[in-house]
Amino acid sequence: MQTILEMRNITKCFGSVKALDNVNFQVEAGEIHALVGENGAGKSTLMNVLSGVHPYGTYSGEIIYQGKHCIFRSIRDSEKNGIVIIHQELALIPYLSIGENIFLGNERAKMAVIDWEKTHWDATQILRKVGLKENSHVLIKDLGVGKQQLVEIAKALAKNVQLLILDEPTAALNEEDADNLLRLLLELKKTGITSILISHKLHEVIKVADSITILRDGATIETLKVNHGEISEDRIIKGMVGRELVDRFPKRRPRIGDVYFEVRNWNVDDPLIDGRRVIKDVNIKVHKGEIVGIAGLMGSGRTEFAMSVFGKAYGKNISGQIFKEGQEIELNNVQQAINNGLAYVTEDRKTAGLIAIEDIKHNISLSSLKKISKRWIINDHQENEAALTYRQKLNIKSSSIFQKVQNLSGGNQQKVVLAKWIFAAPDILILDEPTRGIDVGAKYEIYTIINHLAEEGKAIIFISSELPEILGICDRIYVMNEGRIVGELMKEEASQESIMKCIMQSNRGRY
Amino acid sequence: METVKAKPVKFESIGFALKSNIRQYAMLIALIVIMLFFQIATNGILLVPMNVTNLILQNSYVLILAIGMTLCILTGGNIDLSVGSVAAFISAIVGTLIIRQKVDVTVSIVIGLIIGAVIGLWQGFWIAYVRIPAFIVTLAGMLMFRGLTNTILKGLTLSPFPKSFQMISSGYIPDLFPFFGSSFNLTPIVVSVILSIILLYFQIKKRRNKIKNETELIPRSLFVTQILFTLVAINLFAYALAAYKGIPIILVILGVLIGAYHFFTTKTVPGRYIYAMGGNEKAAKLSGINTNKVLFFVYLNMSVLAALAGIAFSARTDSAFPLLGTNFELDAIAACFIGGASATGGIGSVVGTIIGALVMGVLNNGMSIMGIGIDWQMTIKGFVLLMAVAFDVYSKNKAK
Repeated sequence: MQTILEMRNITKCFGSVKALDNVNFQVEAGEIHALVGENGAGKSTLMNVLSGVHPYGTYSGEIIYQGKHCIFRSIRDSEKNGIVIIHQELALIPYLSIGENIFLGNERAKMAVIDWEKTHWDATQILRKVGLKENSHVLIKDLGVGKQQLVEIAKALAKNVQLLILDEPTAALNEEDADNLLRLLLELKKTGITSILISHKLHEVIKVADSITILRDGATIETLKVNHGEISEDRIIKGMVGRELVDRFPKRRPRIGDVYFEVRNWNVDDPLIDGRRVIKDVNIKVHKGEIVGIAGLMGSGRTEFAMSVFGKAYGKNISGQIFKEGQEIELNNVQQAINNGLAYVTEDRKTAGLIAIEDIKHNISLSSLKKISKRWIINDHQENEAALTYRQKLNIKSSSIFQKVQNLSGGNQQKVVLAKWIFAAPDILILDEPTRGIDVGAKYEIYTIINHLAEEGKAIIFISSELPEILGICDRIYVMNEGRIVGELMKEEASQESIMKCIMQSNRGRY
Repeated sequence: METVKAKPVKFESIGFALKSNIRQYAMLIALIVIMLFFQIATNGILLVPMNVTNLILQNSYVLILAIGMTLCILTGGNIDLSVGSVAAFISAIVGTLIIRQKVDVTVSIVIGLIIGAVIGLWQGFWIAYVRIPAFIVTLAGMLMFRGLTNTILKGLTLSPFPKSFQMISSGYIPDLFPFFGSSFNLTPIVVSVILSIILLYFQIKKRRNKIKNETELIPRSLFVTQILFTLVAINLFAYALAAYKGIPIILVILGVLIGAYHFFTTKTVPGRYIYAMGGNEKAAKLSGINTNKVLFFVYLNMSVLAALAGIAFSARTDSAFPLLGTNFELDAIAACFIGGASATGGIGSVVGTIIGALVMGVLNNGMSIMGIGIDWQMTIKGFVLLMAVAFDVYSKNKAK
């Protein structure tokens, strides 16, 4: 095999912080090379150096690509050489068609006049290659995330990509779409395209990668060769965290009390599409001190269910009953939900959980301002006290409580969101994907916090797409599919297979 | 049992503290530089006592409007284009009541403010509950209330107002200590000394508290410089007022407004809601904040302040006329952005806006004294606005 890319002694600083410290990284032609490491390990920075997002001169070290020293001053330079990066946040224009997006910045045009005939003809050819069965005139906004991801890859192919970099491509995909995407990567490999895959999902990495390079704290730790998947997740995790993680889920002895929170016959309609029911006759119960999981694929209605319960923050024509300690309660808006002891930690902390431009202190107090104020005047002292307490309790790594939340890492941001809701002193916590996009170490800390809350006697609803996590932490699991509860499993009887079986059976029942 | 633990307090270095607060300091420094420049360019006329008083009188209406506009912008970059027309409309109503109908001055002013509130309810309803973009609702308001002003005034100018009405913008607090003959008004000095002592007491108390809670970051030297600077500025200003006619009544109104809104935005729950909504409306909603109510209140408040500005302005010009208040909205918006408000909301402050308004005011006044034509004045002000915001964007990007 031949080396297609070599990055030598790359060092990159942001101010006084060394994000990359003498990193060496070598990729063979035609392989899928995974790049793994905890958040903040430097994976994205390294790829940004490679693709010219951080232009030549802002880092030290050299890049040798296809045997040549490269000087990339912008993304355009790297793309000219066939290096295309697909970022975690997709760069598609929602109100343009698939075809227009595929050739964005790379238009099929003669003298600045776009040849629409050719655009859509070529787009159709490329769509076939990536296995997306959609008309190229369809608008991006009408596609699911999985299909949008395929359009991104099609866009890369349109640029004659030779080295494809994917940053967390499956983070927002459900299992099926993720599998699809990985299969496509293997297909592309056969046609000679080299890929670099950044991912937190180690089972995916093991499935498709030929080599795995582990970064930790801005330095290369090791590069492992994968021979027919003979490498274990634990082996990789050991490299990532620098120690053997004995147990990925902290232990807890459940002390489960009486039924504390109950939702009966819950029905919700889509707020935008008339007559489309998204939640159908859902019944769930949560006991005191219990962690109840809601498993299901993305789009199964878990978030919609949670938000509609949380003061009707989603949906219309909502019907059903909610009981707390046997008493029926009305939750018509978020304030009422909070007053009745509910908290909802959103799945999307950036757009719905945090005020990024504000500091830690203001974010933590946001839902509890009434608690620390008298006659509408905020008691600064109490607010500081609360922020300091939770910063310490949840181990939020930051320079001070005045640090802006946008400058924290994903794991610490999530801890701020949790702190906000713990400070609100709820009795019932709904956690929607609380560990999405955060690294192994921070996940462990968050599980510990959740366990602690359960031990205090709170009722917890835990929503997640990652089955191992649900299995590892929940006492009881509801399985949701297409807006219905299609299964209920106790911890002892639950497994990945049994959960998937519930979903598959319910699908079969419908057709 | 009670042992006092000496906790080591970590201060930031002066350089870091300055750097991380550069946006706050930069405009203040810019204001001082501009003042010094005009002081020299006008051969010292800018800061003669009479002109200092004039600066306040001239800009009072912009300051009043800019305070309200800050709240609008904080909620998410929303602006209110109707304030100039609302000011004109209210001044036309108050003028008609006082001059044509011979209604009592106080009663007329109260009616004017109430009608301002009704306008606020109207615009707030469309903006907050129907969710028509503020830009469009207030653009409509700008046209409607300008039209209504013309209808009420029948295209004519109303004048003169009785003395008691003019007092709002041209009266002074009578000298309470008339010992030093007639030329020097001691009241401002006494007031400023009292204010200085109160300020000093609270600042020191606050800093002690912060150090105790380990939340203070600014190093001592910077803290002392800040306090000294503020005290010197207040007392010099008071001296200038004392050497002319004393404390203008409108300055008292302004002082109360600035103090109240500064307190409101920084220390109260609804104030925090405004910032939260501008920072991330979705997150604010999911934290239990009724963002519709916040938006409604902000526009209600804006129209009341616009009414007040209209009254103050017609008191100063001693007239109500159809074109009163033209382009007021632009001055107010410019003051906010020069003062560091973010066009996307969530960032900005009342104090910053006041500094921004003063930058504009000093530019106007200084250039007028220098005899620069109105055409060039506009060009220069436009350029300053652009540069101020460009600096803001630049420093924000750099901070990333």
